[in-house]
Amino acid sequence: MTHAIWAEGLVKRFGDTTALAGVDLAVRTGTVLGLLGPNGAGKTTTVRVLATLLRPDAGHAKVGGCDVVREAHKVRQLIGLTGQYASVDETLTGVENLLLLGRLLGLSRADAKRRARQLLAEFRLEDAADRPAKTYSGGMRRRLDLAASLVGRPQLLYLDEPTTGLDPRSRNEVWDLVRGLVAGGVTVLLTTQYMDEADQLADEIVVVDHGRVIATGTPDELKVKTGTQTLAVRPADPADLPTVVSVVGELARTTPEVSNNLVSAPVSDGAVLPAAVRRLDEADVVIAELALRSSSLDEVFLALTGHRAEDDSQEGNE
Amino acid sequence: MTAITTTAPRTPALAPRVTPLEGVRQVFSLAWRSLVQIRHNPMELIDLSIQPVMFILLFTYVFGTAISGSPRDYVQFMLAGIIVQNSLFATMTTGFGLNMDLTKGVFDRLRSLPIARSAPLTGRILADTVKQVWSIGLLLGIGVILGFRVHTGPLQVLAAVALLLVFMMAASWLSVLVGVLVSEPDKVQIFGFMVIFPLSFTSNAFVPTDRMPGWLQAWVKVNPVTILADAVRGLLSTGAAGGPILKSLLWAAGLVVVFAPLAVRALRRRV
Repeated sequence: MTHAIWAEGLVKRFGDTTALAGVDLAVRTGTVLGLLGPNGAGKTTTVRVLATLLRPDAGHAKVGGCDVVREAHKVRQLIGLTGQYASVDETLTGVENLLLLGRLLGLSRADAKRRARQLLAEFRLEDAADRPAKTYSGGMRRRLDLAASLVGRPQLLYLDEPTTGLDPRSRNEVWDLVRGLVAGGVTVLLTTQYMDEADQLADEIVVVDHGRVIATGTPDELKVKTGTQTLAVRPADPADLPTVVSVVGELARTTPEVSNNLVSAPVSDGAVLPAAVRRLDEADVVIAELALRSSSLDEVFLALTGHRAEDDSQEGNE
Repeated sequence: MTAITTTAPRTPALAPRVTPLEGVRQVFSLAWRSLVQIRHNPMELIDLSIQPVMFILLFTYVFGTAISGSPRDYVQFMLAGIIVQNSLFATMTTGFGLNMDLTKGVFDRLRSLPIARSAPLTGRILADTVKQVWSIGLLLGIGVILGFRVHTGPLQVLAAVALLLVFMMAASWLSVLVGVLVSEPDKVQIFGFMVIFPLSFTSNAFVPTDRMPGWLQAWVKVNPVTILADAVRGLLSTGAAGGPILKSLLWAAGLVVVFAPLAVRALRRRV
């Protein structure tokens, strides 16, 4: 299996802060890699290094087999970049933005125009084609950003938090577009703060925190790797809550979380389920809800980093 | 969602670098972009056209009689000065636009493309030079309507425009530096206002040097705005301008030597 992106030991410092403290990652051709982590974890810095926008202080990276420092010009011919830091020109119309990019990528005037119209049609922006981008809604703007990164038919697409700030419907639209691209053979590097986004799109996930990779694997592997499963019990009578907490706590060997009369705790052994049923039955507790379920990526992240994904935001743009 | 068929990746033969011809094309494409923006931004049109026209009309009819005896005589003296002042203000659009690109992420998008590294800046400066030509031509035209007469020849007029463009391209390095250093576009405007306003009024652009207090005259005489205004005035009407032209070119060279490296270094550091 070939790797579209391959990076080893990437280090980047800004003054006293270390944004990347030795990041390794590999993305197989034709797959989606989700780069997960809170703000300031080093996601955007990683993307900027891989997009030739930043030189790493140490380490190497190859994109499509080309070195991002020594063969930057070749790398730039392979990639498309979308996200908060690679934007379209708001004062230009949709069609003018795409026309400019087509011209810069070496298309003739006629070809650039044709390509612009084609992309605008595919991204359902025909009606807004001749309006300045600053008049677009959030969802339209993201679609235009995505279209802009596809003018040159890139083999690799970097999506830097593509759905941050979008409503659920627009988010689903962007997801569908990304799935369509991957079906067409594009390799995607996706950074996100949203667990469900990574769960939805990514074949593989790399979790970063404080400039380091702290976990790698498929979404399912990550769920198995950490805490694996969650045992959740809701008694029919809230008066039984203390009994349930003590039973679940004993089986999981940890203090359970209680919210909304639901007692839950991470467990690593599936055999606790029959044990829980037996013990609660012996204690005459009537159960309203009993479940053993896989951890969500949110819980995985919490287990890995000790804080929730959307925590310490406002750390600025790395 | 229908399958996206036209976005399937191509398998390109990768070019090792940008050829010079490609580089030139990219500069023109980016200059086109800066000029197309004017269509969608009425403020730019005001900066480029309405403001110079308003200033020349106000100055000519409000101060003309008081300073030179008649509006017609005053416009003959002041036109060179107002052209210089207006062109200096116009250099700020370079830094303003660059800062806008940097803060909005457009600059990163451009840098991620396989284009010449210098194209985004060069394209912008080319577009701003076109805007300069437009403003200078506009002021010359209005000046003639208000009574200004060229007493030299067409070659000297062309030389005056060329000298202005050379000086302003040099001065735009300062604008680039400011555009890279400040955090938002409006601060470029504020800088321009704080520096260019006093600089151009403490020159002989609008009032002859001998009408000012003695302590101010010493500064007025060495002010580069005076030097450039004298050079343009000489090329357009009075004729004798060898000294001021040479000094203007030296100032332009000085501006490039000082501010170009600072601007490039600041830009490298920011991106």
